[in-house]
Amino acid sequence: MTQYLEFEKPLAEIEGKAEELRALARTNEEMDVADEAAALDAKAAQLLKDLYKDLTPWRKCQVARHPERPHCKDYIEALFTEYTPLAGDRNFADDLAVMGGLARFNDQPVMVIGHEKGADTKSRIAHNFGMARPEGYRKAVRLMEMAGRFGLPVITLVDTTGAYPGKGAEERGQSEAIARSTEMSLKIGVPVVSVIIGEGGSGGAVAFATANRVAMLEHAVYSVISPEGCASILWKDAEKMREAAEALRLTAQNLLELAVIDRIIAEPMGGAHRDAKSTIDSVGAAITAMLDELKGKDGAALIKDRRQKFLDIGSKGLAA
Amino acid sequence: MNWITNYVRPRINSIFSRREAPENLWTKCDECGTMLFHRELKDNLNVCTNCGHHMHITPRDRFNALFDGGIFTEIAVPEPLADPLKFRDQKKYPDRMKAAQKKTGEKEAMLVAAGEMGRTPIVAVGQDFSFMGGSMGMYVGNAIIAAAEEAVKLKRPLILFSAAGGARMQEGILSLMQMPRTTVAVQMLKEAGLPYIVVLTHPTTGGVTASYAMLGDVQISEPNALICFAGPRVIEQTIREKLPDGFQRAEYLLDHGMLDRVTPRTELREELITILRMLMGLPPQVVGDLPAPSETAEIAPPKVEKSGKPAADAGAKAK
Ligand SMILES: [Zn+2]
Repeated sequence: MTQYLEFEKPLAEIEGKAEELRALARTNEEMDVADEAAALDAKAAQLLKDLYKDLTPWRKCQVARHPERPHCKDYIEALFTEYTPLAGDRNFADDLAVMGGLARFNDQPVMVIGHEKGADTKSRIAHNFGMARPEGYRKAVRLMEMAGRFGLPVITLVDTTGAYPGKGAEERGQSEAIARSTEMSLKIGVPVVSVIIGEGGSGGAVAFATANRVAMLEHAVYSVISPEGCASILWKDAEKMREAAEALRLTAQNLLELAVIDRIIAEPMGGAHRDAKSTIDSVGAAITAMLDELKGKDGAALIKDRRQKFLDIGSKGLAA
Repeated sequence: MNWITNYVRPRINSIFSRREAPENLWTKCDECGTMLFHRELKDNLNVCTNCGHHMHITPRDRFNALFDGGIFTEIAVPEPLADPLKFRDQKKYPDRMKAAQKKTGEKEAMLVAAGEMGRTPIVAVGQDFSFMGGSMGMYVGNAIIAAAEEAVKLKRPLILFSAAGGARMQEGILSLMQMPRTTVAVQMLKEAGLPYIVVLTHPTTGGVTASYAMLGDVQISEPNALICFAGPRVIEQTIREKLPDGFQRAEYLLDHGMLDRVTPRTELREELITILRMLMGLPPQVVGDLPAPSETAEIAPPKVEKSGKPAADAGAKAK
């Protein structure tokens, strides 16, 4: 059973009615509800289409944060074989907000790294809701460096509200850890490809998204600050998040136009959470395509390509 | 190097600057409340002569004191697109920019300069907190890249003075992209074997701290500067507890191993000279009067532009 988002309430009502009808019919054999239920289904399908046809940036934020949206773990399980998690930063702890390790992608050995938000209360707490501490970034640095030495492509899956704003995280050098992760991403001589699968929240996201190729799911968002945070600073009112989401240009469509990302991966009708399997397959196909684009480039060329990509960002603005 | 440039011109400069300074201006120290005579405060680099509190200083004032004789050449920064996102909150971004330019007399939040400091050739880049909170947008990124390229071209170390509330929200994702872009700049220096020294000043927070401001070979901070990724208010809201005194201040970071040194502004120049001369394999700085040069090849002082107009032939002149 899908958890409905706020803007999906009308849909919830129709789908609820259809469900009620069918439940009634199950207890009362003389009732024939097939036509009526089918009509409701059709109405619901049309409404879903209408709702998702042109999602506002704020609605996209909600879809990107949907608790049932496939998470890093789901992608790793479905798209990779022989996944062998590697843990710890060798200094302080293993941060479960970041998962990563060796795996095979299309039989090729790779290093996969991503933010994991968790799927239920218990796992969400264990993964700290996908908000990494310095140890998470330092683990990623360690894995990327290793991938560089062993010639393994790095695949990152980005899905974080942001780096964790905590006392210990700050004391242990959250800023430095993020900076080092970006730095390492820029200096390894292997292909680095990244997919923003949900939320690309600020520095905590860019630390994993400094890649040769960056793809983004259709309803994912990627931003310098959350709409709520931006609203409370610039509008002095956190309730202005709709306006802020609009102004920040955080949608995949805007980011493609700005050449911040390289491709958009289409989501099934009604968002990734309505059909996880097909979403995951599409992401897998995009990763394959991005790795193919980088085939034949040696280490130095890959580093140069990556640096140039970021140096060039900003030369394209939005058309009006 | 022309000794007249270094040792005669500074005196002329200081005579002029004293005349220009308003005579009857007092500034109140926001820490101890002492009324400080403007000129005295300026001579002490905006550090309170009573309590040592470090007040804001613009990159231009800082560079005037940092470079020998206050002589430096501004390095041109490639102009980014104006308002690439057509950003609008309660005000339009271009209007905010105009207001900041009017207030500061500067074009943007970063100043890049080449010159000599204790006869040590350097490139320096300073972030201006008075310009939209020093916020990091495309221009700031371009400035750091230009500074690194100039340093590599001239084979000089780069000193960066950071001061920013973080990203420039009005440039949205393009602001965030300055984190990797400036990291590329730092890598250019490292690969060229040139020192990159970061001086963190109050405040340095957010994406700025999480990129170029934390990647120095040597990390120095001015006393009591706030240095963090997430600000104290955000953290208090998240963890719902009061933070300890001095949390995220320079001395706290030093205690936690995040900095090499905390150095008062008034001692910074000498310290930077000492460190850089060692890293560059130069002999110790000559203190006091230099012997007169054996021959005076060049009498005319180099052309210096300090008016805000960047010189296109940057750097070469200051050599
Ligand atoms: Zn004072």
